[in-house]
Amino acid sequence: MIHSLFLINCSGDIFLEKHWRSVVSQSVCDYFFEAQEKAIDVENVPPVISTPHHYLISIYRDKIFFVSVIQTEVPPLFVIEFLHRVADTFQDYFGECSETAIKDNVVIVYELLEEMLDNGFPLATESNILKELIKPPTILRSVVNSITGSSNVGDTLPTGQLSNIPWRRAGVKYTNNEAYFDVIEEIDAIIDKSGSTVFAEIQGVIDSCIKLSGMTLSFMNPRLLDDVSFHPCIRFKRWESERVLSFIPPDGNFRLISYRVSSQNLVAIPVYVKHMISFKENSSSGRFDVTIGPKQNMGKTVEGVVMTVHMPKAVLNMNLTATQGSYTFDPVTKVLTWDVGKITPQKLPNLKGIVNLQSGAPKPEENPSLNIQFKIQQLAISGLKVNRLDMYGEKYKPFKGVKYITKAGKFQVRT
Amino acid sequence: RHDDLKEMLDSNKDSLKLEAMKRIVAMIARGKNASDLFPAVVKNVACKNIEVKKLVYVYLVRYAEEQQDLALLSISTFQRGLKDPNQLIRASALRVLSSIRVPIIVPIMMLAIKEAASDMSPYVRKTAAHAIPKLYSLDSDQKDQLIEVIEKLLADKTTLVAGSVVMAFEEVCPERIDLIHKNYRKLCNLLIDVEEWGQVVIINMLTRYARTQFLSPNQNESLLEESTEKAFYGSEEEDTKDAKAEAASLAKRKPYVMDPDHRLLLRNTKPLLQSRNAAVVMAVAQLYFHLAPKAEVGVIAKALVRLLRSHSEVQYVVLQNVATMSIKRRGMFEPYLKSFYIRSTDPTQIKILKLEVLTNLANETNISTILREFQTYIRSMDKDFVAATIQAIGRGRGPPPCLNGLVQLLSNRDELVVAESVVVIKKLLQMQPAQHSEIIKHMAKLTDNIQVPMARASILWLIGEYCEHVPKIAPDVLRKMAKSFTNEEDIVKLQVINLAAKLYLTNSKQSKLLTQYVLNLAKYDQNYDIRDRARFIRQLIVPTEKSGALNKYAKKLFLAQKPAPILESSFKDRDHFQLGSLSHLLNAKAVGYQELPDWPDEAPDPSVRNVEVPEWTKCTSREKRKEKVEKPFYSDSEGESGPTESADSGEDPVSEGGGATMVAQGTLCSGSEEEEEEEEEEGSREQSEDEEEEKKPKRKEKEGTRKAAQGS
Repeated sequence: MIHSLFLINCSGDIFLEKHWRSVVSQSVCDYFFEAQEKAIDVENVPPVISTPHHYLISIYRDKIFFVSVIQTEVPPLFVIEFLHRVADTFQDYFGECSETAIKDNVVIVYELLEEMLDNGFPLATESNILKELIKPPTILRSVVNSITGSSNVGDTLPTGQLSNIPWRRAGVKYTNNEAYFDVIEEIDAIIDKSGSTVFAEIQGVIDSCIKLSGMTLSFMNPRLLDDVSFHPCIRFKRWESERVLSFIPPDGNFRLISYRVSSQNLVAIPVYVKHMISFKENSSSGRFDVTIGPKQNMGKTVEGVVMTVHMPKAVLNMNLTATQGSYTFDPVTKVLTWDVGKITPQKLPNLKGIVNLQSGAPKPEENPSLNIQFKIQQLAISGLKVNRLDMYGEKYKPFKGVKYITKAGKFQVRT
Repeated sequence: RHDDLKEMLDSNKDSLKLEAMKRIVAMIARGKNASDLFPAVVKNVACKNIEVKKLVYVYLVRYAEEQQDLALLSISTFQRGLKDPNQLIRASALRVLSSIRVPIIVPIMMLAIKEAASDMSPYVRKTAAHAIPKLYSLDSDQKDQLIEVIEKLLADKTTLVAGSVVMAFEEVCPERIDLIHKNYRKLCNLLIDVEEWGQVVIINMLTRYARTQFLSPNQNESLLEESTEKAFYGSEEEDTKDAKAEAASLAKRKPYVMDPDHRLLLRNTKPLLQSRNAAVVMAVAQLYFHLAPKAEVGVIAKALVRLLRSHSEVQYVVLQNVATMSIKRRGMFEPYLKSFYIRSTDPTQIKILKLEVLTNLANETNISTILREFQTYIRSMDKDFVAATIQAIGRGRGPPPCLNGLVQLLSNRDELVVAESVVVIKKLLQMQPAQHSEIIKHMAKLTDNIQVPMARASILWLIGEYCEHVPKIAPDVLRKMAKSFTNEEDIVKLQVINLAAKLYLTNSKQSKLLTQYVLNLAKYDQNYDIRDRARFIRQLIVPTEKSGALNKYAKKLFLAQKPAPILESSFKDRDHFQLGSLSHLLNAKAVGYQELPDWPDEAPDPSVRNVEVPEWTKCTSREKRKEKVEKPFYSDSEGESGPTESADSGEDPVSEGGGATMVAQGTLCSGSEEEEEEEEEEGSREQSEDEEEEKKPKRKEKEGTRKAAQGS
């Protein structure tokens, strides 16, 4: 299974190594650097690299490469999934998964890695168990620790590891009993030149934050969903037979389900884009004119609109005026970003002006595609609704809240 | 060096020790050598402070291998820990002890593992399972003894142990498939409650097991496929139906009935397609791909498509597997065609894989949609991707529209696009009877503009090959090429010579002098390949008194019918590797890869999986349980009597003594152990409060037997 792990930053420094079996020399990473060089782009580094004695499986998260060393056959997804779980855990503990955060908390990182794998096989990956074993750092605690000399390592024993429901700590008590559910939906879409939808689907998740004392059962009643994946706490049988989510909630933040409403069901696209991008032959300039407008949105406003465009390499500079929001153009990466903000249907935001091209360069073949981000509060575009939320087996009445939000996922307009 | 650290470690204050250990661990993390501190650190192995202790363990495991003698000093601490009343301390002692790679302590480790394997705490047993591969890698001579332990742990009934022990099994003795028989049904039934990483390992192992023990559910597939292929061409459906029926009747001389255990596996893994863990989903998908009847494989497509939304590394692996699957089971992914459409922001490696899948999915009905989509891709800024797209178009099924699309590309402004299309068109023309002189003429005109050598060479080859279809143009092209011969790249020069030779043979009147000229130029070329070729061809085609018998056959030699190149996916036949495995991804056998066996011709004896002694917990297959529900039924009082127990083993004739064994087991339970068991059950009961009906009778029964035990 997983033999060793190296963390490498963007400039190619190995800043952390951990071995679960006998030590593997850092020089094995040379193969990785070689592949990285060949790939040019960070995102094109192949996740699996074969070297004479080892296999390297890597992920790229938050400007860090997590490179694991494997010696024998193992499902690659097993390793990839685990590495992402490691990154998630860092995120959870330190608020961010950055090189500085990891370096500052190197001891905790080491303790975590030690608990997560035993001899290369995952042992405790559930955040609740880990938090019982190793307390996450807080400012208060680090001050207290430096005075009293007490430690971050929990002195209670991790009983969660023994239980049948490892995602829940034993004996949780809260004064306020709360349960929040965020229904977040993202629209993935490809819109073609003429404005018709080539592909669209909705990707949804229900993120939950539950602070309830004792064991409880909650019920939610979502409309039939097409394709769902569950947190292990959900009882599958109940879902199969009654289409009801029944679960003993983990403590704190977690993702309850994620689902997909596929393109077969018609997906409403909440915005439209009018665009006119053209490059003139032999004149080293071009025109750029984009307008964004809302479609029928059930009376909700579209906010947080941001458009990013990867302009062709030949573009030198852009001279644009925006009727709303502000734009930036990075001449190095050739990325145009237009931060629009809220769309008001009375006055549609528009961005237009002149594109300056490198003189002498041939006219770009392709018009760049537009990537759009937006947010709509209090709306689940698929029409999903939480119908009931019940709790069983406890006397108190918890506070329950459900929030809806629709966002753009990978939303691309071809021009 | 490190004197300050040593001093801090020797002090009495825990806070100083802790500070020192933290600094040492930070050094280890950065890959710096801290081995000279070993004596100072190892002294603290029995420290009271729990964090210091943990950090010392980290240090110890890292350096014990280098400082074997000193490491022995710490062993006694762990041995004491193994006897601790607290299960978690026992487990952690075993964990560290087994991680210390010092060969001298192998006997101690062996003993500790054996003891821990019969510990009453499932958590300690799990740790024992983890320790097995560690010991095995340290000393492979212990294999036989370790297999005994594995056998014992495989019989364990708790979900906590199952994943870990199967992992140990896979690493130590994957060939001992016979150890699984008795535990097969139990593993299937426990699967859904095992932690996610264990699920992956168990599912992969069971895939291999099923391949050795059951018959192929798709025995008739090859016959059926043939007849469905016919359906495309034949218009009369009834005809094919008849053929199908015929084929079926032929194959079904012995009708195929799926082994209930095979069915059990398929049924119990299906819900896991909804796991949040991509590795679990992939494991189930490969299980279905390799084991399920053709009609049922489709269910995995949806789950795999869902994974495409995940991190790009996950996408990469999933797409590789989808590419392989889509060759054999195209229909499965057709409804999800659009999910493989490419975004300009995808990384190139993802784009190319998606392209592969799209190409595999192409058929007569969707080819126009796909080609329209491809048209968009060709204008992309990512040139590698454009080249790949054109190759994909070439591979697409349904030749005529493809070819037209490609010809349009020939007037593209980008040279790379044109060059790539020329190469693909060459391949396509070669596959079809040459009635495309228009296209060849068009390409001949391109020689003036295209500079990419490979494309020029391809055009020349085409003109030479089909020179009889373009009798007027061919000599003219040769004239132009003769003019620029000295400035051409080597591959182009070779093709010029070929063209000259072919023209000489078909149209010697017009091209005799030109050919002579080209051959003379080539004779003095710098490249010896070209000189050789020129010499060879001259001897072959120009009749002289010395030239031998081959001269007569020159035309046959040069203008023979050439077999068309086969354009096929690089993912073809990759499914002989178990899908989802590292070997499949690399398309090469990885170290430790277990070959996926072929289905047996005759099913091995299914009775080996019967469990003879009725057990306390889940072990009987579902069918049996259901049977129980229907029976008039034991009330609690009935449960007290022995004979009812034998109903549990229903169809099993061996279990006459079943009831008696049961009681005996009950009485054997010592107080503490029973309490532990009860605690465990309590937990699982709360969780499964409202789970399926079927379990209820079993619980009653359990309570019944407990009473029986107390009674006796």
